[in-house]
Amino acid sequence: MTDTLNVDGLTVHYATREGALQALRDVALDVPPGQIVGIVGESGCGKSTLINALLQLMPENARIASGAIRLEGEDLIGARARRLRDLRGRDIAVVFQDPMTSLNPVLTIGRQMHDIQYREKRSTAEKRRMAAEMLGRVGLPDPAAKLDAYPHELSGGQRQRVAIAMAVLMRPRLLIADEPTTALDATLEVQIIELLKELQQEIGCAILFISHHLGVIAELCDRVVVMYAGEAVEEGPVADVFQRPGHPYTAKLIECDPGRMKTRVAQLPSIPGDLPDLTDPPAGCIFRDRCDRAAERCRTRPDRVALRGAHWALCHFAAEVSA
Amino acid sequence: MSAPILTLRDVVVEFPALHGLKALMAPSAERRVQALNGISLSVQRGETLAIVGESGSGKTTLARAINGLLPLAGGEVWFNDTALHARPDWHATRRQMAMMFQDPVGSLSPRKTVRDLVLEPFAIHRLRVDNATAKATELLRDAGLNADFLHRYPHQLSGGQARRVGVARALALNPALVLADEPTAGLDVSVQGEILNLLNRIKGDHGLTTVIITHNLNILRHIADRIAVMYLGRIVEIGPVAAIMERPRHPYTAALMSANPEPDPTARRERIILSGETPALTARPPGCEFHTRCPVARSDCAHRVPALDAAGTRAVSCHYPLPEDA
Amino acid sequence: MSFRHTLAGRLMADPMAVVALIIITALVAIAVFADVISPHDHTAMNLADRFAPPSSTYWLGTDNLGRDTFSRLAQGSRIALYVALTAVTISGLIGLVLGMIAGFGPRWLDNLLLFIFDTLRAYPTIILALALAALMPRGLSTVIIVVVITSFAEYGRVVRTQTLSLKNAEFILAERAMGASFGRIVFHHVLPNVLGPFFILAAMNLPVVITIEAGMSFLGIGVPPGTPSWGATLKDGFDYIRNTPWIIIAGGLPLILVTLGFTFLGEALRDQLDPKLRKSR
Repeated sequence: MTDTLNVDGLTVHYATREGALQALRDVALDVPPGQIVGIVGESGCGKSTLINALLQLMPENARIASGAIRLEGEDLIGARARRLRDLRGRDIAVVFQDPMTSLNPVLTIGRQMHDIQYREKRSTAEKRRMAAEMLGRVGLPDPAAKLDAYPHELSGGQRQRVAIAMAVLMRPRLLIADEPTTALDATLEVQIIELLKELQQEIGCAILFISHHLGVIAELCDRVVVMYAGEAVEEGPVADVFQRPGHPYTAKLIECDPGRMKTRVAQLPSIPGDLPDLTDPPAGCIFRDRCDRAAERCRTRPDRVALRGAHWALCHFAAEVSA
Repeated sequence: MSAPILTLRDVVVEFPALHGLKALMAPSAERRVQALNGISLSVQRGETLAIVGESGSGKTTLARAINGLLPLAGGEVWFNDTALHARPDWHATRRQMAMMFQDPVGSLSPRKTVRDLVLEPFAIHRLRVDNATAKATELLRDAGLNADFLHRYPHQLSGGQARRVGVARALALNPALVLADEPTAGLDVSVQGEILNLLNRIKGDHGLTTVIITHNLNILRHIADRIAVMYLGRIVEIGPVAAIMERPRHPYTAALMSANPEPDPTARRERIILSGETPALTARPPGCEFHTRCPVARSDCAHRVPALDAAGTRAVSCHYPLPEDA
Repeated sequence: MSFRHTLAGRLMADPMAVVALIIITALVAIAVFADVISPHDHTAMNLADRFAPPSSTYWLGTDNLGRDTFSRLAQGSRIALYVALTAVTISGLIGLVLGMIAGFGPRWLDNLLLFIFDTLRAYPTIILALALAALMPRGLSTVIIVVVITSFAEYGRVVRTQTLSLKNAEFILAERAMGASFGRIVFHHVLPNVLGPFFILAAMNLPVVITIEAGMSFLGIGVPPGTPSWGATLKDGFDYIRNTPWIIIAGGLPLILVTLGFTFLGEALRDQLDPKLRKSR
């Protein structure tokens, strides 16, 4: 079966004063139909660039140097602007981190949900009914009345529910969720995670879920891609990656999560050092300077090392790390 | 037990709820909302108290009320022998009580160099420093930064580096108490550990008392001695960190602790999912303020206001607390 | 910090800023050395050479009294710069002080100052100029007073907005929490952050002031007769526009160049100081 989303060898550069900033280098990932794939990484790993590239909404100074992005086999990089407009919002939908900025503040919720159905040949009354139904589905109390509310009249959690309702209203094939729970409190975060799980079951879409929160990824996703400094360094089923990480960065990241340690520790783990300068990334392994295992052969670029199951890591020592 | 370093009694902080003509027309009770509604607690010398709660719980307001950035509408705050509720000499008090703010970069004056930023407390309190650069270097080194950073500006720092500058500055005058508002906010997981280790080490070295405001539950057991859980401007539960985290007695605490997703796909534990969201301060529910979302609420919870009942080292504000030995 | 990261360094990398700096430097040089570079005495009338077209003797021609236009424009640059710098400095300082008072002061004072700012900004400059000119003696002081009255409100508005947003910034709270005095917060932490937008506005306003001076002189309510202001030259040229258009063309040239120069500078400054408007890095 064709993957819903297929990214292959994606390399994106930004033109800067200091030279070409290599924001993404040879990134590959697949989102099979009906699966929830998580992308985890810290600041500077290239998550935002990846989302912009997937939507083909790149800043002026960005350039796709190579690679392919395919939505159910259809190439997006070469697609015409008109075709892309057709796809966005209907086949690919996005939920952003901050619903306050992704909803239009001067239009009512109902108006905005009516407008995104502009391609459908339905009556206005029918469109309103669909909108109210979806608002009810995402757990908003009194959905019909909420259609006439403005975004600022809702609380943060309700706004995020509205944003999700708008995203899934057109039953997209791919839902991109960019840190959708980061701005929310813990008790709301779990509500939204549950909601996404349920919606995914109902609509059957694939979800690409971006987060820096390992716990949320572990809870929600089937597969996970770990990104570091513009590269996808590991990919695999969530259970495999979290239990037997094959890349030292993944291992460290999991080790650093204080939620993992149930008793007080005197010294919390961390990853010393800084991200490499992406205008002049080191040859060889990108994580070399911060890695405990770094050895001479890390000066050459590692290949993807296949591990048990559909699991690989970009490390010369992947087999040993994972053992 | 020696006298506590900080004591709060029935602290109330109010914000105007309405502005302009509307405020003049409204009955006086509706003009203001209580962001803090009767907070009482004390902090012992050398301990770390963590204040946790979600947005709107009033935890940041509490920190700002303690060091006088927000005026009190009622109650008492004692810092050693100084009555902070009765127009104290804030200039002198703040020398003893340092504060760290949420935004690591945004809390640094943008047009000052790191050197000037860490020396700022000396300038403010007109303290002579014999060798300013050496002093700045020493303060930075204690916070884990080398002298290369002296001439950087805040926007040239990463979140973790800026946080270290904030720590260096907070400790510059050897304060007795540090109030840290979300010390891990905006930091990557890989950097969080370093900053928390730094705070722990300093606490040991200087015998510092710290009050940490946070919504990050994962870090609590590694940094705090005691936890106070806040909901809608009140403390609903307070006690030793292990007891609260392992055996919460207030249903809200229990839900909060269980709502924390863990990085272990096999650990699917019992989760209490609360319905709805925190009510607005303008619409405080009657009776127990948590009863609208409480999974174990009974009918009388809607009428009777629970008191914060102290039993031993911990206290809980609930008519039907969860059993302690569950 | 390397040169290309300093403000001056970044400006030198911006072609618009370089053009602006060349024009402004030239203007200042002409004003300073006006007596040296003028080929003729700007007051000397040479009735034999009235309405002379541009030539090697009279670079930009002569006017109806046979005075050398280039020499008069060179002298005029002194007047233009004097009026512009004085008026912008005075109105800027008034605006800066009032804007900070509005930003830090109680709500009623803020509202009062805003009311004053908005009233003055709404008033048409030229009407105010005509009214004041009727009450006051002709001269540069009147021009400066008109400009100050009509333009300090703009600085006040900008400084107030900037102060308000800074007042609640976290770094200001942090300063207060360390025990910093009000004076220290204002002068060490708020003022330096207000000055960026303030200087941008000042740079943009300089050519406006020069144009107001020229406009008032053109209308005959600016400088006294005989003063070689750019506006006066335009007025002289306007009377003979049919037969000797070069007078008015030459008189307009410096105005155009100066306006372009300072506007370019203002825009370049804004690009560099306001990261949100800065195009791709």
